[in-house]
Formats: sequence, C-alpha cells, structure tokens
Amino acid sequence: MSNRARAWFGTTALATIALASGCSSREEGTTLRLWGFGREGEVAQQLVGEFERAHPGVHVKVQQIPWSAAHEKLLTAIVGHATPDLAGMGNTWIPEMVTLGALSPLDVHVADSSYFPGILATNKVNDTLFGLPWYADTRVLFYRKDILARAGYTAMPETWAAWREAMVAVRRLMGTGKYAIFLPTNEWPPIAILGLQAGSPLITPAGFGAFDQPAYTRAFNFILSMYRDSLAPSVNNTEIANLYQEFARGTFAMYITGPWNLGEFRRRLPPQLQDEWDTAPLPGPDGAASGVSLAGGSSLVVFRASHHQALALQLAEFLSEPKQQARFYHLTGDLPARREAWSDSSLAADHQAAAFRTELERAVPTPMVPEWEEVTTKMMDYTEAAARGRVTVPAALASLDADVNRLLERRRYLLARARGPAR
Amino acid sequence: MMTEEERAESRAGWGFVTPALVLIGIFFVIPVLAAFVLSFTDFDIYSIGDFGSTRFVGLKNYHDLFTTPLFWTSLKNTLYFVVLGGPLSVAVSLGAAILVNARMVRFKPFFRSAFFAPWVTTLVAVALVWRYIYHPQYGLINSALSHVGIGPIDWLGDPHWAMPAIVVLSIWKNFGYNMLVFLAGLQSIPAELYEAAALDGAGGWQRFRQITVPMLGPTFVFVGVVTMIASFQIFSEPYIMTQGGPLKSTTTLVLFMYEQGFRWWRLGYSAAIAVILFLLTLMGTAVQFRLQRRSDP
Repeated sequence: MSNRARAWFGTTALATIALASGCSSREEGTTLRLWGFGREGEVAQQLVGEFERAHPGVHVKVQQIPWSAAHEKLLTAIVGHATPDLAGMGNTWIPEMVTLGALSPLDVHVADSSYFPGILATNKVNDTLFGLPWYADTRVLFYRKDILARAGYTAMPETWAAWREAMVAVRRLMGTGKYAIFLPTNEWPPIAILGLQAGSPLITPAGFGAFDQPAYTRAFNFILSMYRDSLAPSVNNTEIANLYQEFARGTFAMYITGPWNLGEFRRRLPPQLQDEWDTAPLPGPDGAASGVSLAGGSSLVVFRASHHQALALQLAEFLSEPKQQARFYHLTGDLPARREAWSDSSLAADHQAAAFRTELERAVPTPMVPEWEEVTTKMMDYTEAAARGRVTVPAALASLDADVNRLLERRRYLLARARGPAR
Repeated sequence: MMTEEERAESRAGWGFVTPALVLIGIFFVIPVLAAFVLSFTDFDIYSIGDFGSTRFVGLKNYHDLFTTPLFWTSLKNTLYFVVLGGPLSVAVSLGAAILVNARMVRFKPFFRSAFFAPWVTTLVAVALVWRYIYHPQYGLINSALSHVGIGPIDWLGDPHWAMPAIVVLSIWKNFGYNMLVFLAGLQSIPAELYEAAALDGAGGWQRFRQITVPMLGPTFVFVGVVTMIASFQIFSEPYIMTQGGPLKSTTTLVLFMYEQGFRWWRLGYSAAIAVILFLLTLMGTAVQFRLQRRSDP
C-alpha cells in the first residue's frame, strides 16, 4: 500500500512541478524539458547551449535521472501526465512507450543510409518512426591477443566451430582454474545474441516463444557446451570480485561485452597489457556474416503530451546530427549511431573500436515487445538451471516456452482484438 | 431511548471521529477494496495505455500464483524469516529493556539512546555498513571468526547463509522500538512486588518468571503482534542487501510482489499476492490472540 501511496504522491509532486514550470515559461519565452538518463543526462547539458544560441528565447532544461529509477519514473510520469517534452531513452523501451500512447510519431525524413539499419529499426513500430538514434550500443568479443597467440591463433576465428576449437586450445594451454571465456549466468545479451545468430526470432510475430525450436536449440546447446566443458565458469558476474583484475590475470581470455568497456579496459588494465588485448566482431554459426549482435543504444523521443512538438523535434534532430554525435562520443565514449560521425578522426583511427563499427552494420533488434526485459530474465534462469545440470535441455526449453507464452498471453489477446471487428 | 443530552453527546462524538474516519476511508479502506477488486483483473502495463483492455479474469491470478514455483519459494523464505526472526527479535528487545532498566547499570540514558539509534537510522546507510561487516574477505564477522578457526563464510553470496544474515541485520535494526515498549511495561510494574518477593526469599530468576513475565502479558501481545506483522512485510532489507538473491533465497513475498507490480507492472497479479499476504497476516494475528487468551488466567 505504502508504495502505491508513494507513487501517487510522486505523481502529484511531478504534476505540480510541471505546472509551475509551465507557468513560468510563458513569461520568459519557451522552456523545453529534456530528460536524460545516467551519465548522458549530465553531458546533454553541455550540448544544448549551441541549440539555445541558435533559437533565441528558447531555454532547454535538462533533468538528469539515474538509470535505476528511469523506467519507474517514465511510467509514473505517463500516468500522471507529467512527461517532459523529449527524452533520450533506451531504445528497447520504445515499443512499450508506444503501446502506452506516450510518444509522438516523428514527421522527419531520415536518410536510411545515414543510420545503421538495425539501430534505426529499433526506432520504428509498424513502420512509423518514433525515435531518432542518439547513440548506439552493441556487443563484441574482447579478448587477450597474447593468450590466443600462445594457443596458436593470430586472429579471432569467424565461425562457431573454429571459435570453439580456439576456446578448447586456450583452456588446454591455461590449465585448471582458468577458462577460455567469461559468460556470466546473469547477463542475457550473449545468450540472446547466440540465439539470434542461429536464426531464432526468440519470439514469433504472433506472440509465442520460439525457444523449443531447432534454431534456438542449436544455440542453447552451444552455450551449454561451454559450461559443460569448463570453457566458461558457471558463475554470475557478482561472484567475480574484479573483472579487470581477473582478465589481466588470464582467468579468462574472452568476454562478450559493450562499448563502455573500451574505456574501462584502457583505464583499469595494467599498462603492460594495453597492447595485448583487442576486440573482434562476434563469430557466427556459419561465418562472419551470421555473426550478428544486438542493436542497443539510446534514442531521442518526443512525448505526445508536449506543447512544443515542433521545437522538441528540432532539438532531437539537432542532438542526432553527426557533429553532435561525434562530440557526444568525446564527452562520454558512447558510440555514434550515424555512419557519418564515425569518420571523426579519433574514432576512425581507433582499431579497438573498429569491431564495433563492423558489428553495428550487422546489428539486429531484439524482439520489440514490452515484455522483452522479463523474457530475458526467464532466458537466464533456464540457462543457469541447465548449465548447473538441474534440468535437461528439452525440459528447460519446453518450460521456457511455457513461461514465455504465459507472459505473452495478454499481448496475444490484444493482437487478436486489434485484428478482430472494432468494438 | 436516548435522552436529548445523550443524543447531543453522541453527535459530538461522531463529530470528533469523522475526520479520522474520512482519512482512514480514503487512504485505507478504498485502496484495500480496490486492490481486492484488482486482484481479479489482468490490469497491467497495457491497461495503463488503454484502460478498456482490462479483463476480469476471475481466480486466474490466484491459480497462476499457486502454480508459480517462485511464489512458494518466497512464501517459504518469508515464513523462515517470521519464525526465526520474530521470536529472536522479541527476546533481544526484552533482554535489552531489562538491561537498561536494571538498577546497577549506569549511564542508562546513554544506553537507551544507543540501542534506539539503529531504529531511526536510514536503512540505506545501515546496509552500506553491514555490507562491509558481512564482506567475505575484509568483513568484521569473518575476521573475528578466523581467530577461532572458522573459515570464511560468504554471508550474502551463499544461499544458506543469506537469510540468517538478513535476520541478524533486521533484528539489530529494529529491536530498539520494541525495547522502548518493554521498558515502559517494566517501569509500570510496582517495585513493592519485587520487594515483597525478595522478602519471601525469591531469587532473581523466580522474580523474573513469577512477576516480570506475567505483569508484561499485555505488552507481550502488542510486541508479538506488531513484530509478526512487520516480519511478514519484510522487504527493504533483502531489497537493498541482496535483491532477492542468491538463487532467490532472500526473495520474500513483498519483494516478489514489488517486482511483479512495480518492475513488470503486472498490478492485477501483484494485488493477488497482496490479498494472500493480508490473509496470512490476519491468520497469524488471530492465532496470537487465541494463544494469549488461553494463557490468561
């Protein structure tokens, strides 16, 4: 009860603030309210100055919100009619926000060739554009060049079979207590990526789980074999006290992770190791082209309740310009979502970022349903259970499908209702 | 028949309680009824977008709940906490109350404040400190245990130890309040009773058994019921310390309800959990009152 009461008070407080700022804005020109999450929210403040100078009388108020509170805050704001004019938010939330009717369709022409196709696709719901990509996020393989070289590999293999052989070789070379790859049981992206690589849709368009099917089964068996053959430790990432220290010690030689770790690896690995690690695009089941990865990142969206639709859209377009994305990269290390921004000198010359550039071209969206995040928790639960030998593979996949189908029951009902005769 | 005077008195009485009743109605009765109704619907994130898409689903939420293993796990964890933490917490508060009430103890006000301090400290700050205390490598507890030859225990990372660790933290955090209640009860026991008992040759333990415990009867009921209700609602400690892990070993009913309701926005489903928690607490309270009535002379 008290949580709900708190949510109500929060909403009321937000509404009051919104009212107050709405009143003052009429006196001093126009105020645009932008919500940014996490570190990006802090940095956005430095970017909007140029926009304000180009639009006299317009003031952009950036509110920074921590990621941990982001989702709850957005939903309460929608229910309480206290949404800002625009926000830069995780692109996986777009389907949910569109379902809630919170976002305005964006009436802009985007040059398809300018954006990475997978990233742009996450911003469209039924072919309507609801967001402009702000920065891109995907996963690649970080690995120890020196260890792979000692195991007889001068480059990262491009197929699953060759990748597996390389992992076996590394494991044999390093001996007990060391592993080839770190594949934490509580990180869903590698699991989802391998499923997508094998050609599984994960969730069918009709709203059913696609896990107990040949494509996902192939990926699932591949993942489990890494745990079973001790190529990867079956632990979660809180059980590794210091990831960077363990990577430096050679406890594992590979790790599938995202762009923020480019900076972290440079900062935290000892200097003598800096030339010994690299990144590589993910191997695929049938060669490089099948080595797809996730199309993650953040998008600029305009809220339907905003009174300054045109101006908010202008700000979104301004922030998504290649020049601003390159600036944003220098401030935060977040990778640009537009190809033009990658010609920026420091990015083009960065060989460790090159794998991300390759992978962004191949990136595909995860299933665009509001329940996706909850589905990922189920995927992790069953992978861990199967990895620890608590369930067999067929049983795990059947239960996973059953659970996911239950989660999506409501969605299927709504899909059926939308298709059926109008009420 | 009421006389004119009585009627006026009753009107005045209603006048006095009306504000309280209105507040209770708006902030308690209506939400409780709404939650009860909600528990028979599939109200969720889609309903926020389009209220008309909500359906009455009868007992489906309850059926789903009873066939979800995590519900039973969280129920088991909650009962574990109630059964282990409740009596221990009462015992610790009574002990502390007797200590700070004892005649020969000096600096009583200091100890009273010190024991009460955890209760008024924010849990987030407390959790930060306790996470260091429980740290497997650098923690206070493990370093003390190592002196008596007990190997390091991963208090918050081991599914067997996580819940006991939460129980200890929670008792330390909350015993101050019950201690004050017991203290008030102790101070209302007339000193003559103890003097008379001492003259008759009763020892310390006998005086405690024959005078203190019976005289504290009503206090015990209050403390017992309040502690049990609070234990059923255990949420913040696991939420901050372990997020329900490891292996769901500290996922309590309220934490489960919170995740379903506010993480996944399945409000109909989580309302069903709330109703079940309400019934459990009601049953627990009824049992306590029954036991107490039987033990009363």
